Amino acid sequence: MTIAFDAPKPGFRPSQLIYDTRYRSYTIQVIVLLLVFAVLIWLLNNTIQNLAERDKDINFGFLFNRAGYDIGQQLIPYTNDSTHLRALFVGLLNTLVVAFFACIFATLLGVTVGILRLSKNWLVSRLMTVYVEVFRNVPLLLWIILAFVVLGETRPGPKEFKVTDEMVAAGQQPVGSMWFWDSVAVTNRGTNIPAPLLDRPLGGFEILGVPINFSVLATLAVIFGSIWVNRVLVARARAVQEATGDRPTTWWKSLLILFVPVIALLVALGFHLEYPALKGFNFQGGINLAHSFTALLIALTVYSGTYIAESVRAGILAISRGQSEAAFALGLRPGRTMNLVILPQALRVIVPPMISQYLNITKNTTLGMAISYLDLKGTLGGITLNQTGRELECMLLMMMIYLTLSLMISAVMNVYNRSVKLKER
Amino acid sequence: MPATPTEPAFVRREMLAQKLPPVSERGAIKWLRENLFSGPMNSTLTVLGLIAVYYLLRGFYPWLSNSVWNAESYRECRDIVIAQSGEGATGACWAMVRVRWNQFLFGLYPVQEYWRPVTAFGLMLVALAPVLYYGLRRPNVRMVGAVTVALVLALWGLGTDTSHLLVCTAIMLALTAVAWLAPKRLVWLTLLFPLIAYFLLWGGSVWGPVGVLIGIGLGAGAWWFAQRSFGVVVAAAIGLAVAVLWWLVLHTAITSALYAVMPLELPYVRSDDFGGFLLAFVIGIAAITASLPIGILLALGRQSDMFLVKTLSVGFIEFFRGVPLITVLFSANFLLLYFLPPRTNFDLIVRVIIVVIIFASAYIAEVIRGGLAALPRGQYEAADALGLDYWQAQRLIIMPQALKISIPGIVSSFIGLFKDTTLVALVGLMDPLQGVTKIVRADTAWKGIYWEPYIFVGGIFFIVCFGMSRYSMYLEGKLKTDHR
Repeated sequence: MTIAFDAPKPGFRPSQLIYDTRYRSYTIQVIVLLLVFAVLIWLLNNTIQNLAERDKDINFGFLFNRAGYDIGQQLIPYTNDSTHLRALFVGLLNTLVVAFFACIFATLLGVTVGILRLSKNWLVSRLMTVYVEVFRNVPLLLWIILAFVVLGETRPGPKEFKVTDEMVAAGQQPVGSMWFWDSVAVTNRGTNIPAPLLDRPLGGFEILGVPINFSVLATLAVIFGSIWVNRVLVARARAVQEATGDRPTTWWKSLLILFVPVIALLVALGFHLEYPALKGFNFQGGINLAHSFTALLIALTVYSGTYIAESVRAGILAISRGQSEAAFALGLRPGRTMNLVILPQALRVIVPPMISQYLNITKNTTLGMAISYLDLKGTLGGITLNQTGRELECMLLMMMIYLTLSLMISAVMNVYNRSVKLKER
Repeated sequence: MPATPTEPAFVRREMLAQKLPPVSERGAIKWLRENLFSGPMNSTLTVLGLIAVYYLLRGFYPWLSNSVWNAESYRECRDIVIAQSGEGATGACWAMVRVRWNQFLFGLYPVQEYWRPVTAFGLMLVALAPVLYYGLRRPNVRMVGAVTVALVLALWGLGTDTSHLLVCTAIMLALTAVAWLAPKRLVWLTLLFPLIAYFLLWGGSVWGPVGVLIGIGLGAGAWWFAQRSFGVVVAAAIGLAVAVLWWLVLHTAITSALYAVMPLELPYVRSDDFGGFLLAFVIGIAAITASLPIGILLALGRQSDMFLVKTLSVGFIEFFRGVPLITVLFSANFLLLYFLPPRTNFDLIVRVIIVVIIFASAYIAEVIRGGLAALPRGQYEAADALGLDYWQAQRLIIMPQALKISIPGIVSSFIGLFKDTTLVALVGLMDPLQGVTKIVRADTAWKGIYWEPYIFVGGIFFIVCFGMSRYSMYLEGKLKTDHR
């Protein structure tokens, strides 16, 4: 016996909107859309009402008014007569410069620690474990404040560095002494490091108030040129190796290509270092770094270094032992095994978390406000906001800038991921 | 003639005693050679390590061994150290921690109300018991009993007045009895805990939380009756609408009427008085518990086939992952009031908790998305083949596996979140690191002290975060069911 069901009637019934999986997703999306619009309108309406109540409007014109406050660390010329917009850019550059150096130092530290933590040396691997666990399980803010307080309160004042004739006669040493062969002075006011100077600079010009320095451009051009020539050399050597089986010796040519042009250029420009020296009540000359910068840099480095160390360690551990054993079986020496077999695979695992760590470092520079480091958060989101009372505009602008930075870094990461992705089915 | 077998000259009848390995291959020397001095490189590292350890010890050991625990000011500490160990000696002054202990724990919370946060903390541990050991009688009883003993001792040590002490003891004994008789029922405490904790911590009229509870109850009831005829999603919408109607229209009138009839209340504590680790724990625990479910929903939204839901989830997640937490906190401070109806004004801590939840859920969502992506496609297809609908498949097949895979990531997000609670100091709340320590260091009695408060606060953070990471490693091992 067969039971025949009526074929479903062609045509559309409203109940299908809920019960038919083909249409249900549209129903849900329409409802979501309506809800989102309702919430947006509600928020907008509230904002307009609130703004009206406080006699405010949304206007970014304040950016072109006089800022009227000073910023200690400025990479582009800035005075308190400059505009808020310029203060914004000074802050942004301060954010970027501390993030840049922190990324470099944290990478150096993290890679070293990550490798040492895998070392067979019992003592060293334990020490590194202790370092990693201690520094990553304590808030970054604590390290920043601690570094700042310790630098400010334990270092002697500039006058303690003074060597007077009586002290020489009595054979006394001053309380404070400079480090690294008298080139770095860390006082309770700040850190002075040698400054690179040129006797015969090439000059420069300004675009929209941003100084462009020809000497720096020339140096960069020479460095990139050398790197490019070196790559050509290595590619030629590889071609020869593939054709004949013999690899021509390149290492001394590489060294010459990489270093001689730069050194020649720097000598021609009259490159020298200006060392800080004690004059009067403080150190003069060289570059003066405020403790807020140094402390932020130190704290970001030691804190983020632990995360980078962990990702390096995880990346190396992720490569199975079979890979290195196979390489040894092929007769590769340990160094070449590392370069040709382990690292290319490990980097695929190591680099993505490392780049997201760089992103974290950039975002964490905002914690500098706890020690009054005037980064983007300190200028635009701090003093400018308080002076002009334009919370909405300042916060939106600041979030957009940080968002752009993050999206740029994520884009770089995606490009990298795509280029090293395993080519699978 | 064959040669007769001659007797051999010597036959060993017993085994030689086993010889010890050479001196360089045994005992401590072998260990040293293998682990510390296996080559020139390794030996250099060892020597460098020893030098580092020596300098650390030389710097810190005298300082720690000269610790002072009883003093009233930093000066007194120094005098004691000098009296003990002579001129020029340094010593840690832990007396500061002793004197300011309550402030580090509770901030400016009123002293006679200390029993409330402590009880809330104890109840939280009890609420945690069914989550950790659902339905198991013995571990539940053990945990609840231990918390009862610890709580009563803590309350007694804090000098709580007898009536509150008795009430708390009675409640805790009742909970222990529940854990013994019906361990599964303890889940109700877990569900009610947010409201109980709010009432205990902030105080005020008891009818406010009760009204919220009634709203949730009405919403859940409406959902239950509606879902039979309308399906889960529509019923959820109906339930939500009913609850919102209650809160917007009836809540205030009915709770104030109830308050007029029965004025049950605890003294109200202002948010400004919250501080120290109490604040860190309140924000951290609230954000951790709320961000997990929201994060799961966001991750599902991001995996969804529906274009609009997916776009909204991606936008939400990427926005909050792209901006620093501080900017979000400042928005809570400055901007949130712009977006709400005029003249709404609610508590700074609640505002901060809301934005921290939103912020953390974006990170959790990404972690869970990783877990979802790591599941083989076959699991989804198998769930479909069994005829499970979307929510059943998620609940029974996908989520248990995806969450298990993402445990390490989830826990490290939680650790990051807990560490980030220190940032609330920057919007003016009194967290242990910036707020309380600043107050202590500004006190003339403790002027010039800097290592001790930071080491103390850092130590507590270390214990909590390190504990969490070790627990996640334990959990990972326990839940590992594959044979890799």
